[in-house]
Amino acid sequence: MNGVTVSAKVNGDAVQYVCPADESLLDVLRNRLNLTGVKEGCGTGDCGACSITLDGRLVCSCLVLGAEAEGREIGTVEGLSEGGKLHPLQEEFIEKAALQCGICTPGFLVAAKSLLERNPNPTEEEIRYALAGNLCRCTGYDKIVRAVQSAAKIMRRGKKVAR
Amino acid sequence: MEVQLAGILSQAAGGARCVECTGATIGELLQSLVLRYPEMQMHLDEGVAVAVNGEIYRDRRDQPIPINADVFLLPRIQGG
Amino acid sequence: MPYETDYTNQGFTKVGTRVNRPDGVDKVTGRAKYGADANAAGQLVGRVLRSPHAHALITKIDTSKAEKLPGVKAVLTGKDFPDLTGGNRGLMDILENCMARGRALYDGHAVAAVAAIDADTANKALKLIKVTYKQLPHVTDVDEAIKPGAPIIHDWVRTAGVTPAPTTASNVAQRSEFGHGDVDAGFAQADVIIEKSFKTEQTHQGYIEPHACLATLGPDGSGELWVTTQGHFTFRNVCASLLGLEVAKLKVTSSEIGGGFGGKTHVWTEPVALQLSRKANRPVKLVMSRDEVFRATGPTSSTSVDVKIGAKRNGKITAATAELRYQSGAFPGMWAMFGAMTSFACYDLKNVKSVGFDVLVNRPKVAAYRAPSAPMAAFAVESVVDMLAAELGMDAVDFRIKNAAKKGTKASYGPVYGPIGIGPTLDAVKNHPHMKRKLGKNQGRGVACGFWFNFGGQTCTDLNIGVDGSVNLTVGTVDVGGSRASLALIAAEELGIDYEQVRVTIGDTNSLGHNDTTEGSRGTFSSGMATIFAARNAVDVLKQRAAATWDIPVEQVIWEAGEARAKGRQNNNLPPLSLKEIAAKSPRTGGPIAGHNEVVADGAGVSFASHMCDVEVDPETGATKILRYTVVQDAGKAIHPDYVEGQFQGGAAQGIGWALNEEYIYGDDGRLQNAGFLDYRIPVCSDLPFIDTQILEIPNPNHPYGVRGVGETSIVPPLAAIGNAVSNAVGVRMTHVPMSPPRILNAIETAKE
Repeated sequence: MNGVTVSAKVNGDAVQYVCPADESLLDVLRNRLNLTGVKEGCGTGDCGACSITLDGRLVCSCLVLGAEAEGREIGTVEGLSEGGKLHPLQEEFIEKAALQCGICTPGFLVAAKSLLERNPNPTEEEIRYALAGNLCRCTGYDKIVRAVQSAAKIMRRGKKVAR
Repeated sequence: MEVQLAGILSQAAGGARCVECTGATIGELLQSLVLRYPEMQMHLDEGVAVAVNGEIYRDRRDQPIPINADVFLLPRIQGG
Repeated sequence: MPYETDYTNQGFTKVGTRVNRPDGVDKVTGRAKYGADANAAGQLVGRVLRSPHAHALITKIDTSKAEKLPGVKAVLTGKDFPDLTGGNRGLMDILENCMARGRALYDGHAVAAVAAIDADTANKALKLIKVTYKQLPHVTDVDEAIKPGAPIIHDWVRTAGVTPAPTTASNVAQRSEFGHGDVDAGFAQADVIIEKSFKTEQTHQGYIEPHACLATLGPDGSGELWVTTQGHFTFRNVCASLLGLEVAKLKVTSSEIGGGFGGKTHVWTEPVALQLSRKANRPVKLVMSRDEVFRATGPTSSTSVDVKIGAKRNGKITAATAELRYQSGAFPGMWAMFGAMTSFACYDLKNVKSVGFDVLVNRPKVAAYRAPSAPMAAFAVESVVDMLAAELGMDAVDFRIKNAAKKGTKASYGPVYGPIGIGPTLDAVKNHPHMKRKLGKNQGRGVACGFWFNFGGQTCTDLNIGVDGSVNLTVGTVDVGGSRASLALIAAEELGIDYEQVRVTIGDTNSLGHNDTTEGSRGTFSSGMATIFAARNAVDVLKQRAAATWDIPVEQVIWEAGEARAKGRQNNNLPPLSLKEIAAKSPRTGGPIAGHNEVVADGAGVSFASHMCDVEVDPETGATKILRYTVVQDAGKAIHPDYVEGQFQGGAAQGIGWALNEEYIYGDDGRLQNAGFLDYRIPVCSDLPFIDTQILEIPNPNHPYGVRGVGETSIVPPLAAIGNAVSNAVGVRMTHVPMSPPRILNAIETAKE
């Protein structure tokens, strides 16, 4: 194997891996770093199940090469909760029954977190368009949108309290 | 009792839509049906459902059949 | 009968509450393990080579170069799957679908498979396999396939259900007729008759998780299969039959399942993965690509349906007929039969006849998709019902109410109905605020009804009480959408303990007796029933232990609010014993406390829904926007209302995709042209509004809690509801699903001419 050696940060931790030059970051995360919370639904960037952040930007990890992550910061669903505490989005997805089978959930959580970082008070329409790159086949998106609305509200309240 | 045969099941009874049978339970009914119409065995192997007074039973062979019940033999249904 | 399954109208303290699902944390943290998330030491990568042709003889397969490639550990073709089916045609169809036997029957049909040390090597090996094809004429359209002179898919198929039995081969595998009365006489009485033909295109369940498994099979015939499936017991039995294994020696574990909707009720690559493992004597992980999922698993039928309904001026239907042609792909199915059975099930009809024709074409083997076959029939029938109401000058909802089936109605598929919910759902629609919303320009409203059978089946659960009083409930149906929560609620209700004390596990095939596949909306219905009985068995044991502790006869002990209480004045001095207290002492009072149940859960209770929908159609582009959507459905009893609503919303969303966008597009070459989520477009978040729901609870008399299945029916009305709404918006009757922008523009243009 003509491997590329890559140093990157995943969910805040420094990692090193060797991967073939043509291997996707999705495969690296799942098969080399054991982060199987990142899901593959299509491998062509159409379903969003493999959503991660790369230097804070939301991307489909199936469309990024493992080699491209050199020196960069990767965020996956595994990094959402801090210690024993779930992220408000995770809490609200459970509370609002926003998942049925759950395969799309990691991608939705990462995409929703990215949205709320950019826009802490999105309208329903803004939520729907921000999540339009993530496919869910079980829920009809109803309870997902409600969970994101609810988490956004909780996070805004949290920020006020922190101040 | 009269047993009505739906869909392709009637073919196994020579095209009859309704046949005369005996049996106090679904199991006995199916037994008597096969005795009269051996071709029915193939359908029983593939699976059938029996509607007794509107309730559809797929597997419960010990289900009693009341006197004068409305009995319908249906092909087995698949679901998603 | 060992257990009393009748509805008892008991009160509930847990059931009906909206608790958090027990597997929630696993699923929001990425910890839950799905089909592709398991690995084994020394595992190989499995890959499948697929036919690029719609129909071709395979004259030669040369695998020698692939076998010599370093890192390749096994190569298989159809020859590696001896016929062990014992003449069972259905099993042979499954086997032949898993791996072609001398003939490729559709684009995507498996012709060879490899297992290699990594994906790269496996892909290289596939390229080194040389297959020599001789192309044969093909047919992919359901109407073309029944024309004289159409290419015959199987020379051994004779149309079943026709007397006298035909002697020549046909693409019509089966004719099925249902109905009663005299339709000719009925039409003679009608003042108005509407007759119309409809088409629906093929759609896929579109679960986000592709099929995936990890298979291990040794030379001793013992093996394990980790797989994403709706029915691990069924998979075990089918794989064992196809590969000549003893059922008990193959342990199948169902992973978390990333959506199924019927598509994961059948085996596709699993027998291949097992056989690769046996040949290589190493574990083999086989994960389908999205392209393979579309081309080579089981979508639902494309159809062509003619409907004729006649009614009197007073709005009473006098006769109805339907002829339904459903393609089942390259292997015989009975999908048209289900279409024929369900088509008129919502109505009380004196004279009715429906005839289904199951048709073979060069497309993938059709599988179940959520209330299989019912949505297409409903599209045709509910469209004609709307047209007839308009012709009679009646409100479409009133017309349906006037003709709705009720208790005592002889169903169009035969039996007489017990208590059913079609009338109440229509009444709810009539009174719903949705119906009073004003519509604007280019907007239209549509209503439609839907029916599905539901069923129960073989079920087995195991309930074990730990020494700390926590409870493990093991079930054999998979959790496709929150059923762990529902079943934990039921166990907590029966035992009188906190919901949080119950943990639900999906047992593998070696931990429980056989459970039928999780299909037919049976998960909560049947595992719920078995859980009630298992819990009641455990309560019997708890009572015995309490009686022994108190040294009184067990007849003097009752179970109430999670504790054993001694009845009678003579026992006044005995304080109650809680489940926790009894459990803590269990090691010394007779050992572990458990309840167990095996049941054939019959009497699932038929299910009805009525949907309403408002759309806006852009007359320039033909694009349709869903403005409002409301589902009204009878759930019997909603154990966990959140997940019942979720089923309603999810089914509606799938129906909306089917109605407006989704379709398999085949080229003249018989190849599928849109095998990916970019070109096969399922609804995304921005396509949909909030989907409103209303749960009706008309108890099922055959379940202790009154539960009916809820999973499937919600996909039945949307095609017709949206068809009626679009037709009302544009003023032209839509007859072809999906109503994509070009089809809508075309319909408008054609109407102008």
